[in-house]
Amino acid sequence: MTLADYRKIKPEEATPETPHGPGAHAHPGALEYVQIGVVLAVITAIEVGLYYIDLSHSLLVVMLIGLSALKFSLVVLWFMHLKFDNRLFSQLFVGGFLLALTIFMVALATLHGKLV
Amino acid sequence: MDHAVVSGHQFETSTGIDNRKLLMWVFLASECLFFGSLIAAYLLYRDRSVQGPYPDDLFDIPFTSVSAFVLLMSSVSMVLALASIQRGDRRGLQIWLFTTAALGILFISGQAYEFTEFYHHGLTLDRNLFGTTFFVLTGFHGAHVTVGILILLSLFVMTLQGKITQSESLHIELAGLYWHFVDIVWIVIFTLIYLIQP
Amino acid sequence: MAAVIGQRRSGLSEALRSAREAATGNNIWSWLATVDHKRIGVLYGFTAFFFFLLGGIEALLIRIQLITPESEFLNPDQYNRIFTMHGTTMVFLVVMPLSAAFFNLLVPLMIGARDVAFPRLNAFSYWTFLAGGIFLNASFFTGGNIFQGELGAPDTGWFGYSTLTSTKFSDGHGVDFWIFGLQILGIASLAGGFNFIVTILNMRAPGMSLFRMPLFVWMTLVTSFLIVFAMPVIAVALFELMFDRLFDANFFNPAAGGNPLLWQHMFSLFGHPEVYILILPAMGIVSEILPTFARKPLFGYPFVVFSGVAIGFMSWGVWVHHMYTTGLGTVANAAFGVSTIMIGVPTGVKIFNWMATLWGGAIKISTPLLFAVGFVGMFTIGGLSGITHSMVPSDYQQQDTYYVVAHFHYVLFGGAIFALFGGAYYWFPKFTGKLMNEKLGQLNFWTLLLGFNLTFFPMHMSGLLGMPRRIYTYSEGQGWDTWNLIATIGAFVIAFSVSVFLVNLVLSIMRGEKSGSDPWDARTLEWSLPSPVPHYNFKEIPHVHSLDDFWHRKYTEDEAGRPIPIVAGAAVDDEEHDGHDIHMPSPSYFPLIASSGFPVIATGLIYHTALVPVGVALLLVGLYGWAMEPATEESA
Repeated sequence: MTLADYRKIKPEEATPETPHGPGAHAHPGALEYVQIGVVLAVITAIEVGLYYIDLSHSLLVVMLIGLSALKFSLVVLWFMHLKFDNRLFSQLFVGGFLLALTIFMVALATLHGKLV
Repeated sequence: MDHAVVSGHQFETSTGIDNRKLLMWVFLASECLFFGSLIAAYLLYRDRSVQGPYPDDLFDIPFTSVSAFVLLMSSVSMVLALASIQRGDRRGLQIWLFTTAALGILFISGQAYEFTEFYHHGLTLDRNLFGTTFFVLTGFHGAHVTVGILILLSLFVMTLQGKITQSESLHIELAGLYWHFVDIVWIVIFTLIYLIQP
Repeated sequence: MAAVIGQRRSGLSEALRSAREAATGNNIWSWLATVDHKRIGVLYGFTAFFFFLLGGIEALLIRIQLITPESEFLNPDQYNRIFTMHGTTMVFLVVMPLSAAFFNLLVPLMIGARDVAFPRLNAFSYWTFLAGGIFLNASFFTGGNIFQGELGAPDTGWFGYSTLTSTKFSDGHGVDFWIFGLQILGIASLAGGFNFIVTILNMRAPGMSLFRMPLFVWMTLVTSFLIVFAMPVIAVALFELMFDRLFDANFFNPAAGGNPLLWQHMFSLFGHPEVYILILPAMGIVSEILPTFARKPLFGYPFVVFSGVAIGFMSWGVWVHHMYTTGLGTVANAAFGVSTIMIGVPTGVKIFNWMATLWGGAIKISTPLLFAVGFVGMFTIGGLSGITHSMVPSDYQQQDTYYVVAHFHYVLFGGAIFALFGGAYYWFPKFTGKLMNEKLGQLNFWTLLLGFNLTFFPMHMSGLLGMPRRIYTYSEGQGWDTWNLIATIGAFVIAFSVSVFLVNLVLSIMRGEKSGSDPWDARTLEWSLPSPVPHYNFKEIPHVHSLDDFWHRKYTEDEAGRPIPIVAGAAVDDEEHDGHDIHMPSPSYFPLIASSGFPVIATGLIYHTALVPVGVALLLVGLYGWAMEPATEESA
């Protein structure tokens, strides 16, 4: 696969001459963004609610990490448009993110640091 | 097609991506390493402070939740700003840009309040590991938010001067990418630092 | 009101416009405001070479002190500062910027572009580097009376181990200069890294797919990714140390529960990718030189590419090998021992490919080739001692001894520096239109090879005999004396060799033999342009059809694979072209203005807080002006 293939797979969008209708599948409109905003708010409320419930520590951790990962993904995929954009952006960002995650988990492990 | 301008003539880039947008994504990828390092230091030293105050003495989860909500909503307004200008709606751009900046300022004010409260309860940078790692991590995050607010306000002024039109929506898009990134860092911090207690 | 504001604004933009006008001539203003990658490359090259001489003097001082046991040439304090500055200088002010010089000079030409993606960001990288280098070295003067040998430079080693760097154990300002100097240099490197990633991905000539790029461009790409991911880690480490020192934070404070090993993790997480940042560009240079002088393509090009990429990835998985002796435990040590052994594999692949490139080639001996072959030999030796380091038990013996000093000088001097010298001889004609003197070049090479091996080979022995690093003197009779004597003699042979290079450089610039556009009958696009290269690079952006496209325009092959020249295939259009219809980015002073803010901020943080807003103002004025001015005059 060459970089030229990036052009064919996920054409770069957000060009001024292509109008976008609201709610279109290929590109979210204002309504969808607001809907995602509501979902983000609801997830945050759930997270805070979980904080106050008497759950086992591991269960709480798993759920909180899962929920925040969901929020993270919603913002990155939709608001930052990674879902619709050139795949190169995803590879760069996910690459950096995974690199950071891995090396610091290993470093903390060697120092017997607790992640959660 | 997105273009790169080196000579006065615009020409296509090898990937079809605008140079500046590619730059922004590489920058954000590198910022993952920056914030990852700070978060790792916090996590390493979590629960190892030799003396208080400790997180559960100080954290006001309801307050911080509202603050987290504010920042999340600012991402919504940011993307609405972008959607506006992409349709050529300059008025919408102005409104939503201003809203984003205002919500950002609200978030920073909340941070300032929180920091002051913690300080009054005896938490300083030098007090213990919690003070050190907390203030440095959230301080750098706050500094990033502040830079974002300055960028948003500069863009807002430019919209008042009529300098941002549908064909320059890339500027808003780039500002948005930065802003959303700063938001997702907070999503991680809010969960790992505030909600998950050992 | 609007009319007054309008007038004031146009007054300002008039001033800016005439300042930019001044920069279009061939004068100092044009250098201060340049955004041309070729000029920026020259600036990087000369500045880095100056620091090489400075670092070399520091090395000579070290070697003079160590020539005999119990010498009092330098006192311990002076010795510590000098070896700290030697290491910091060579890594950050010499090898990295020399690589940056080559990135700047070559990458746009090799990919068929007119400049990099962000020319002003490029200028900003250079000026920030200069600011950082000056700031770091200014520390020498802050220790009292420098003429009485009172030095203020940092004295905690180039790796700055905690807790030695705390205010408790280092209460002067040396470490603060080190912290801020490196932060400023880090910004410069990051800016360059971002720029070259975008340039290489986005600005290749039509037809130049990634696998038709010269190997040097591939290595630049991998190195740039390493830079943008590794520099943030050391930036955070330095911030943490800064907070500890300036504001009594507890990152590395054991009394508060802090762990000095956190520093080592952060530094090594950065440090290991950093050494690949130091060597990959050099490997790229060698990969360009060898095929030219063997008159054969690089053997196994895809393997050399993949090895470079693999090295980039794997460089993140080995860092704890710098920490085997810190007590992390068997599991960590074993795991990283395995990963470190494995990283030798892609390097080995490259070495075999280089050897295969030369094998059966029509070898033409010349200075660039000698340095490239020297690289292969010396780097292999350094790589082998590196493999011995990867074994945990043997590293327990070698750690903190001169054996390590031998290892890294073989890879960084015998490796990177040799390649950079080779690159200088190879590409000098492209940018000056003149050849460097071949006889002086060979004298340079052979004396450098001799001097280098005399200096560093004995260190394997003294190291294995137990001589520790970072000691200002040693007692006699431990079996180290002769090795140290030989090493110091070698250092002066190196000094002689570098002087030969300097003489060669000056003479060649002044009256070197005309080179023409393609003196080496080379393979890559830069050789298709006139020497020196016109400011717009390519009159017309080339359309690329293959790897080594220029070579294939010059030669086809007979049935036996021998090259047959194509008539007028390499015709270089030397006709005078004023380039008026090719619009290049306009010069700008704003990168320089922005860069100047950093050392002011740093000085303020160390000495007088009032300076901080001044520095910030300079930075903001620079950034704001840069953002608002059009990139090229046309779009004004």
